[in-house]
Amino acid sequence: MLENFREAFDGIRSHKLRSMLTMLGIIIGIASIIAISSTILGTNEQIKENLIGAGNNAVEIRLYQGDYAFEPAYQPVPEYVPVLDESILDEINAVAEVEAASVFYRRDAYGIIWYGASGLNQGTVFGVDDNYLDVYGYVIRGGRGFIESDFSTFRKVALIDRTVSETLFSGENPIGKAIEINGEPYTVVGEFTQSKEFQPVINSIEDYYTYTDRSGGKVMIPMTTWPVVFRYDEPISLVVRARGTDSMTEAGRQSSEILNSKFVTTGDVSYKSEDLLEQAKQLQELSGSTNRQLIWIASISLLVGGIGVMNIMLVSVTERTPEIGLKKALGARKRRISFQFLTEAGVLTCIGGILGVLAGVGLAFLVSRLSQVPIFISWYIIALAIVFSFVIGIFFGAIPAVKAANLNPIEALRRE
Amino acid sequence: MIAELRNIEKEYVQGEQRVPVLHDINLNVAEGDYLAIMGPSGSGKSTLMNILGYLDSPTSGEYLFEGKNNSNASDAKMALIRNRKIGFVFQTFHLMQRRRAWENVALPLLYGDVPKRERKARAEEALRLVGLEDRMDFFPTQLSGGQCQRVAIARAICTRPALLLADEPTGALDSRSGQQIMDIFDTLHDSGMTIVMITHEAAVAQRAEQILYIYDGRLKGEVQ
Repeated sequence: MLENFREAFDGIRSHKLRSMLTMLGIIIGIASIIAISSTILGTNEQIKENLIGAGNNAVEIRLYQGDYAFEPAYQPVPEYVPVLDESILDEINAVAEVEAASVFYRRDAYGIIWYGASGLNQGTVFGVDDNYLDVYGYVIRGGRGFIESDFSTFRKVALIDRTVSETLFSGENPIGKAIEINGEPYTVVGEFTQSKEFQPVINSIEDYYTYTDRSGGKVMIPMTTWPVVFRYDEPISLVVRARGTDSMTEAGRQSSEILNSKFVTTGDVSYKSEDLLEQAKQLQELSGSTNRQLIWIASISLLVGGIGVMNIMLVSVTERTPEIGLKKALGARKRRISFQFLTEAGVLTCIGGILGVLAGVGLAFLVSRLSQVPIFISWYIIALAIVFSFVIGIFFGAIPAVKAANLNPIEALRRE
Repeated sequence: MIAELRNIEKEYVQGEQRVPVLHDINLNVAEGDYLAIMGPSGSGKSTLMNILGYLDSPTSGEYLFEGKNNSNASDAKMALIRNRKIGFVFQTFHLMQRRRAWENVALPLLYGDVPKRERKARAEEALRLVGLEDRMDFFPTQLSGGQCQRVAIARAICTRPALLLADEPTGALDSRSGQQIMDIFDTLHDSGMTIVMITHEAAVAQRAEQILYIYDGRLKGEVQ
């Protein structure tokens, strides 16, 4: 076996240029596959991170009518939807997957929030308790957050995010200014932001639709002042923080079940969790499917490379006919001869595969540098690529190897 | 008896035509024999050699090696016989250029699955017999033609074969190197090796115990 490898390396080294040219097809094929798959994986990771909110594992549970989110700003709330409050949290917190939970009100903010003549035409207003910012992973980046007395004395104070700040105040410091929410004046006391640096990259229209909903601007007011501006019996929404990213789906499902159990009669409006993992998967599918076709095209290069290897191995068998004849005369068995050529083909394509991986990783970094596309280098894919290129060598080396093994020793020795 | 040929016929098929090469060959090679076969080119002497060395098989007739008929043996069995029982020396040496002298010598031992340590020891011993123990680590390109042929002889004898077959062993050498090679064959013969040698040089053939002539595929013996 060792002898086979030695002969393989000898054979490759004695024809450096030829071996290099032979490997080129494999190198190009593997390099493109690595580069493409790194971009696919990078985009997937990014979609997941963007959607799941950079890892705070928050799951929102809100009312849905069929597949669409129920919006109390535009639709009358059906009679059978129960009026719930913070007391539900005891039950929610008992769910094993739930780390923290908070109830809140929410409404579409279209046309109800103004600062002087500038208004919000997209965004959401939330009525929150003192736990909400923590559960969602928001932090205050200017001014102050809500304090106990804001809730207990029904103070009309508001927190806004950067989008709202830019839309309404266009660069002015919003802290201490009064904004109008559904006709009521509220004082902006602070600005909040997502705790981790959260910068979604929007490459496609699908991405755009996904992010506008989450980045359209948020205004928060104390939950206790909600009935002042809106209805007193507004249905609640719920946010839970799961113990891990993988338990998000389960935490959401169980929590929505608890909320739905409070319905006396059921209709087409019910509580559902927004399954971000599921959404992320769908988006990943979408972005991956186009690129997967590219991988097929790159595989053609591997096929061509494999045929090149077969061709050069056949030439090599012809060149080394006397050597093969000698080995047979000295008592080498067919298996040994065919193994020698298989090893050489396998080593050749394996080296090609390793060089291809290096080129592919380099290419991926170059592409990501030039076009800001995220990349993710997977060891699994690298290992797979190298193993696969070895398999190509064995596959396309088979015919030359069998040809070598079946050479007639006299014919082979006579050829000088 | 090492090798017995009985009524051996050999013909090649070239397109539609059948070309007879050997006709009614009868030959006995006993243990310790030193045989030279002479003949013009095309007389069939190489074919006879290939049949003796299990590189080719006769069209008809019987070939007994050490009393056994191996005509129906598998490819692997033939390879094993060549490996264990027969040593080949070729006109053009057939050394592997990228292998050191001792590695070339040890090649048949490698194919016979002899462990590496023993391979090297036996290769060294064989090289000592041909007087090249100080050239163990040389590559063929660093050796003269005569030295290369001595390496090739060492390779042929390191498995201690029952039969040493030499095809024009001095054909590619100057007369002085040729002399040295013949001296080695003499030594081997003296130590009991069975040798069959093909040559067309009378001076070389004279060194053998017995000379056989082959013309148009027919063998004519002459006792010296």
